[in-house]
Parts: sequence; C-alpha cells; structure tokens
Amino acid sequence: MRWLWLIPALPIVASGIIALLKQPRRRLSAGLAIAALSFSLLLSLAAFAHVIDTRALLLHFGFNPAVRETVDFTWLTFGTSTVQLGWVLDPLAAVMLMMVTFVGLLIFIYSVGYMAHDENYTRFFCFLSLFAGAMLGVVISNSLLLLFMCWEIVGLTSYLLIGFWYQKPSAAAAAKKAFITTRFGDVFFLLGIVWLFAQTGTLLFYNQGAGSLEPLAIGMLLQTPAKLGLSAAGAIGLLIFAGAVGKSGQLPLHVWLPDAMEGPTPVSALIHAATMVAAGVYLVARVYPLMTAGVLPGGTTTSLTVITWVGASTAVFAALIAVAQNDIKRILAYSTVSQLGYMMAGLGLGGVAVGMFHLITHAFFKALLFLGAGSVIHGSHEEQDVRNMGGIRKYMPVTFVVYAVGMLALCGVPIFFSGFWSKDAILESAHKWHAGQGPFYLLVFGALLTAFYMTRQVSYVFFGDNRGHDHPHESPRVMTAPLAILAFFAIALGVVGTPAWPWFRSFLTDTHANFGGLDSFKEPGLLTLMLLSSMVVLFGIGLGWMLYGNKSPRAEEPDALEKAIPPVWRALRDRLYVDELYGATIIAFYYWWARVADWLDRRVWGGIVAAIMWLFGLWAQLNRFIDMNFVDGAFDKGCEELSGGGGLMARVQSGRVQNYLRLLALGVVILAAILIWSSHG
Amino acid sequence: MTVVFWILAAVTVAGGLAAVMLKNTVHCALALTTAFAGLALLFMQLDAQFVGFAQILVYIGAVAILVVFAILLTRESEQPEKGVFSRTWLAGLAIAAAVFAVLAWAVLNSRAALPDAVGLPKPAPEVTVAQIGDALMGRYVLPLEILALLLTAAMIGAVLVAMHEKGGRK
Amino acid sequence: MTPLAGYLLVAALVFAIGLAGALTRRNAILVLIGIELMLNAANLNLVAFWRYGPHPEALTGMMFAVFSIAVAAAEAAVGLGLVIAIYRHARTADLDEINRMKG
Repeated sequence: MRWLWLIPALPIVASGIIALLKQPRRRLSAGLAIAALSFSLLLSLAAFAHVIDTRALLLHFGFNPAVRETVDFTWLTFGTSTVQLGWVLDPLAAVMLMMVTFVGLLIFIYSVGYMAHDENYTRFFCFLSLFAGAMLGVVISNSLLLLFMCWEIVGLTSYLLIGFWYQKPSAAAAAKKAFITTRFGDVFFLLGIVWLFAQTGTLLFYNQGAGSLEPLAIGMLLQTPAKLGLSAAGAIGLLIFAGAVGKSGQLPLHVWLPDAMEGPTPVSALIHAATMVAAGVYLVARVYPLMTAGVLPGGTTTSLTVITWVGASTAVFAALIAVAQNDIKRILAYSTVSQLGYMMAGLGLGGVAVGMFHLITHAFFKALLFLGAGSVIHGSHEEQDVRNMGGIRKYMPVTFVVYAVGMLALCGVPIFFSGFWSKDAILESAHKWHAGQGPFYLLVFGALLTAFYMTRQVSYVFFGDNRGHDHPHESPRVMTAPLAILAFFAIALGVVGTPAWPWFRSFLTDTHANFGGLDSFKEPGLLTLMLLSSMVVLFGIGLGWMLYGNKSPRAEEPDALEKAIPPVWRALRDRLYVDELYGATIIAFYYWWARVADWLDRRVWGGIVAAIMWLFGLWAQLNRFIDMNFVDGAFDKGCEELSGGGGLMARVQSGRVQNYLRLLALGVVILAAILIWSSHG
Repeated sequence: MTVVFWILAAVTVAGGLAAVMLKNTVHCALALTTAFAGLALLFMQLDAQFVGFAQILVYIGAVAILVVFAILLTRESEQPEKGVFSRTWLAGLAIAAAVFAVLAWAVLNSRAALPDAVGLPKPAPEVTVAQIGDALMGRYVLPLEILALLLTAAMIGAVLVAMHEKGGRK
Repeated sequence: MTPLAGYLLVAALVFAIGLAGALTRRNAILVLIGIELMLNAANLNLVAFWRYGPHPEALTGMMFAVFSIAVAAAEAAVGLGLVIAIYRHARTADLDEINRMKG
C-alpha cells in the first residue's frame, strides 16, 4: 500500500522528462508517456486486486467487508498544528484508478495515430502525461488539500491542452474561458476547505477516527450551525459542491465545456468526457459523508437536494441544446454535460454507487464516441460539420460499428449495453425519491432527448449520401484498436451493474453481493421501470430516424426540426443564450470595473504621483539655485581670492637678484633691531 | 680722535660714495680704488701695518684691476642706458639707510662707545712680521691651508666659468 | 666718542654705502663693487676691535682680516667670471633684465 503514490508519480515524472528532452523526440516522448501510464495501470490492477482480496478475506471471517487503507505524512508544521497529506485505497479509489488508467492508456495509444501529423507531438504527450498523473493524484488523495492541489494541476493541464493549438484565437479564448469558469467554482471550493480545516483542525479524510469525514468530525460539524438554517456540514458540503459544479460543467458553470472542443479530439475524449469532468462527480462521492450528514432514514439533506436538482436541470438543459447543434464534437460536448447532470442526480438520489456506476460506464462509451468522432474527423480530412458528412458507414465500417455501439450505450438501449443499466439505476432511485418526483420526470425527458439527438447525429454522419468534398478513408489500426476495446467494455461493464448481480453496488457500499439470478428482477416496480425507460429510448430513436433517417439534408437547407418549430430551434441552436447572458452581465460589469480602475489609476493615483514629482522638481530647482549661487559662488570667490593672493605673492619671486638681496637686508635689519632692543631693555 | 683719522675717514667715505653713484662704470672702479687706499691707510693708523699693506697689494693691486677688466669686457657699445639706478632705487636706499641706522644705534648704545674707566688711550701693540709668520704657521695653519685650497678652487672655477663654450654658440 | 666707536661708525657708514650701491645700481659689476666695499668695511671692524680689544697680542683680529682679504679676492675673481659668463649669454649686464628666476 505504501507504493500507491507511484501511480500518479510515474506519469508526472514521465511528463517532466519529456519536457526536458532537447529536440522533439516523438517516439521517445510517446513511449515514455505510454510506458508510465501502463505501469500505473499495472499498479492500479494490483491495488484493485488487493482490495478485492481483502474484502474476500474479511467476508471469509464474517466481518463487514469494508476496506480502507491510508498512508499519511506531515507536510507542514506551524506551531502546534500540522498540515498532513496522504493517500487512501478503498473501493471507490480502486474503481476510479482502474477506469482512469485504462481509458487513459487507450486514449494515449489512440493519440499516437491521431496526432501523428502534428508538429507539437512531444508537447502534447508531455501535457497529457501530466494530466494523467494529476488526475490519479486526485483519485488517491486522502487529504482535501492534496486533492485540491492535484485538482488545480488538472485544471491547468486542461487549459494547456484546450489551448494546444494556441495560434488559433478561438482556441486561446476557449482555454481562458475554461480556466476562469472553473476557477470561479474553485473559489467556493477553497472556502469550503478553509472552513473545514477551521472547524475540524484536519483536512485528512480518514485518519483512524480523527479524519474530517469520520463520525466524530461529522458529528461535530452537524452541531455547528451556519447561515440559512444549514449546519456546518451542509454548508461546507455545498461549498465543495460548488467546486464540482465548475469542474463538471453543471448548470450555471457549464459554458466552458462546449468551447473546450477547440482542443484536439483525444483531449476532448480524455479530459472532457471521461476523466476531468468526472473529477467533480468523484469529489462529491469522496466527501459524501458530509453531504449525507444528518440524514434521517427515508429522507434527504439540503446538500443532496441541491445536488439532485442541479444535476437534473443540467441533464435536460444540455440535452435540449444538443438537439440543435451541427458540430459533431459539440453535440457530444453537450451530451457530456447532460450525462454529468445524470451522474450528479444519481449521487443525490441514490448514493455513491449509483452515481459512480454511471460515471464508469459513461467514461467508456463517451470516450469511445469522442474517439470515434475523431476518427471520422480524421477520415473526412478535418471536416467537423455533420451537415457536410454523410454515408460514412460505407467508407469507415469499423468506425461505424464501434460508434453505433457507443451511441446505443449512451441512449441506454436495453439489456446489452451498459448505459441502460447505469441510467436505469438512476431512474430507479429518482422514482423512489421521497422529496418529490420532479427530478424523475426531468430525467426521463432527458433520456428521450438523448436518444433523439444521438440518432440525429448518427443519421447525419453515417447515413445518407456523402455531402463532403473528398472521399473519407478508414483510420489506421492504432486508432481503431482502442475503439474496439472501448466498445467491448461499453457492453461488458453492464454485467457488474445488473440487479441480478449488483457487484458494483456492493463493492462500493461495503456489502456482500448475492448473485440473485432472474429472481432479483421480481422486485416490485423494477420491471415496469425498465419497460418504461426502454420505450422512451425506442421512441426517441424512432422519432429521430423518422425525421432524419436516410435523408441527406444539405447544409444550406434548414433542419427538419427547424422547419417545424423555428423559434424554439433558433433558441436551442443559440445555446439558450447563456453565454450572452454572462456576457451582458458579469463580463460587462467586469469591463466597466476595469475601466473604472484604469481611470482611477491614471487620473487619481497618476495625478498624485505627478504632483509629487512636480514638487520634487521644484525642490530640485531650489537646490540647484542654492548650489550654483551660494555654494559654488562662495567657493569660486574663495578660489579667486586665493588665486589673486597667490598672484600678488608671486611677485616676490621677481627673478631679480637685487630684490632678493634687499629682502635679505631688510630681514637682517629687523632681526638686529629686535635683538638690540631686547638686550637694551 | 685725531685729525688724520677724520681726513682718512672722509677720503674713504667719499671714495665709496663716488664708487656707487658715478655714471661711468670705470670712474666707479677708480673711485673704488681710492676707497681701498683710504682703508689701507686707516689700517696702518690702527697699527695693523701688515693688513694695510696686504690691503694695498691685494685689493688695489688685484681686485681693482680685475674689476676694471670685467667692466671693460662687459661694455655695451655706446648704447644709452635707461638710467644707472634701478627702477626701485628708493627701496634699496631706504633699506641701506635702515641698516646704517641699526648699526649706528648698536654701536652708540654699546660698551664700545663708553670711554675707558682709566681714560688712558690703549698702548699700541708691538706686532712684528715674525710674530705674524709664527701665528700663520702655528695657530692658524689650518685656515691657511684651507685658504690655499679655496684659492685654487676659486681660480679653477673662475677659469671654467669664464671660459668660452666649446664649439657652439658664442 | 671713543676711537673705537669712531672706527666702528666709519665702518658702518662704508657698509651702508656699499649696501646701497649693491641694492640700487643696475649694472651687475657695480653690485660686486658694493659687495667689495661691504667686505672692506667688515675688515675695518675687525681690525678696530683687535686694536682696542682686550688681547691684541693674540693677533686674532688681524689674522681674521688677512684671511678675509684673501677670501674676498677669490670671491671677486669668481664673481666677475660669472658676470662675464652671464654677459656672454644675455648680452647685457643689466640686472633688471635678468629675471629668468622669477616665480
């Protein structure tokens, strides 16, 4: 367990080495990154196996199979208090480690092919490796402070990778937008950290009973009241959730995610689909004891309610916008935002296991979809508008098949695809929620929309006639192989989440999983719900096919839906004006404030400085006057007098002997006179 | 104070005055010779006959001639002089007068001016040349030898100084 | 006035005259003449003091005067040689003109 820190350390070290390489060494840098992450994968496998082993052991001896191993160390000491960092290995961390390393590795390998023509290949792998290391650091961190530090590095690498092609102004702007928007959320996150530290005196999660998420601390936080009728636990939980809102693109702070598609497609796949955006969900799962603090059986806490509603609204909001987008990656981006909403809602409605299961399945099929989109873009010679594609399935059959698998998993087509089981778990929790059925209806509507827009996208891209310029070509094996592997898991992961064998749920909730077989489906309401969701999905797919089917609408023609409901379409296509709202309010205010500050600086402070300078100038003039006239004058006068006196004295040296003689004689006379006078007297 | 003394003193003083005041430098040299003669006679009157004759021999016989030679060798040929006395002759005269005043004052206020207690004139000493010779070779032999060296050096020096420069400009 | 005082006064007068000449005449040779007069006045002083002094038999004053005469002769020779040398160089024996040593 003490070696767990190697998992994030290896990719970070690889990133450092790549950064220091003198010339662009493409194969070496890619090799280093992939090798480091492979080692991390192996270590994660070992950790995962260790956790399973320990659980089995505990179960064998009849204990509750709860595994949590921590390693802590002191980082700073000031006075009597210390700041400790550390890492933790528990089921939550183990599954996340597996997912991040595995999906990450596949995407690394894919990037070798995708970025082969790019001249900044080495820089790409350097940043990618740094990201992987930081993300893994977030996963294993036992200290909220260490998590925050890695969180920030993740945000930094996201910025660097979104703006990878920084020469494009849109990419640079998108990178800035991403960073600033997530930073906004991070302010609240930091406030939560500080408050937690102030209240509990520790930032470690688990510390043999003394950690901030352990019952002692939670109990103390519950006792402490905060504003708005919340307890300290609830308030801190909401502040931390605000950080997750930024990072995971939930409703008010989602605006950066679609723009982040300016980055290369592997970046979109890894960071903005599978891992970084999932970090917010993971964070909420990590501090779940804070969220559930004070929950009454059968009820819910304020934090969880807020999380649920934010998640559900995001799910529907983003799905609506996705319906009217034309860029292949942008559709997937809004889809990601929508699915993140599902995950958050899952956390709020059903607990850690529900939300995390959807996170894991989503990581696989969303990465698959993004990489598939990348393959399509690559094959269509960098074309990204779906209206200029079409009939790709003839030219890129492998891509078509894997993409179809991903699409069906995302829509939640029943039984075979993991997405069905994970989304169904969320719907089930929503249905059973005691605080109302609002989220349930929203989530069902979101499922309908998801099916609809994905069908629309697939029809535009893969069906109909090709509306592009050149013939597309299939992508190389190095790109299609990872796609195939991801497709496999998009299907296979469903197995661990079915009610028949809820292994995943039991793994994360520290219980024992019973293989119930078909009997487990007899639970009341379960089959009805499954049927309902299946119907919704099929209806959505059918509607989409009907409207877009095998037709090949050209770019100039209005969209089929646009013809039906033009004003709604326009609003959806313009992303429901959220960016414009921000631009008009916050950003306009910020510009105004900047102008005020500039005026203040130039006129007021500048004026004061100028006045002081003028005073100094006067003073300098006065000094000069005194110096020239009095000091210099006096000195010059003295020197003149001296010179004149010297001139006078020089006349004694006349060079004439008789004068010298005279002076001699005069001297003698005087001396003699004195002598005589003194002796006489 | 005998009459002879006053006459001799007058001659000496007159000669001296003439020596420094005459326009023609040769006349000055001749007047100087007169002064030397007066002084020689004064020496003899003071019963220092040897000194008196030595004075005549050396001063009148050698120094005066030397002076005349020098005057003749450094004559400017018939150029009107700007005036024999220097521009600032009054200062010099004043200083000389001051010197005389101090000396006279010293003399008159000293014991030399007081008459002897007895009132008798001092007897004249009997000085023979043999005594002088004895003194020269006895008591004063060292100054004599040094004087000889001095005279030699002076002679060589004078020749060197007044010699024509080698080749070069004349 | 005692005889000694008389002689001393005469010597002082001759000395002063000699000094006046040395200080006021332009011609270098006349300065030397003045110096000769001064030396002679000093000799007179010496001899006068020998005659009217306490120990005339020691011949001190007379010897002194004799040596003085000899040295004066030597000095006159060298001095006049110098004057001739300067005259050759500066073309004049006028002391007002020869002031190259001024400060």
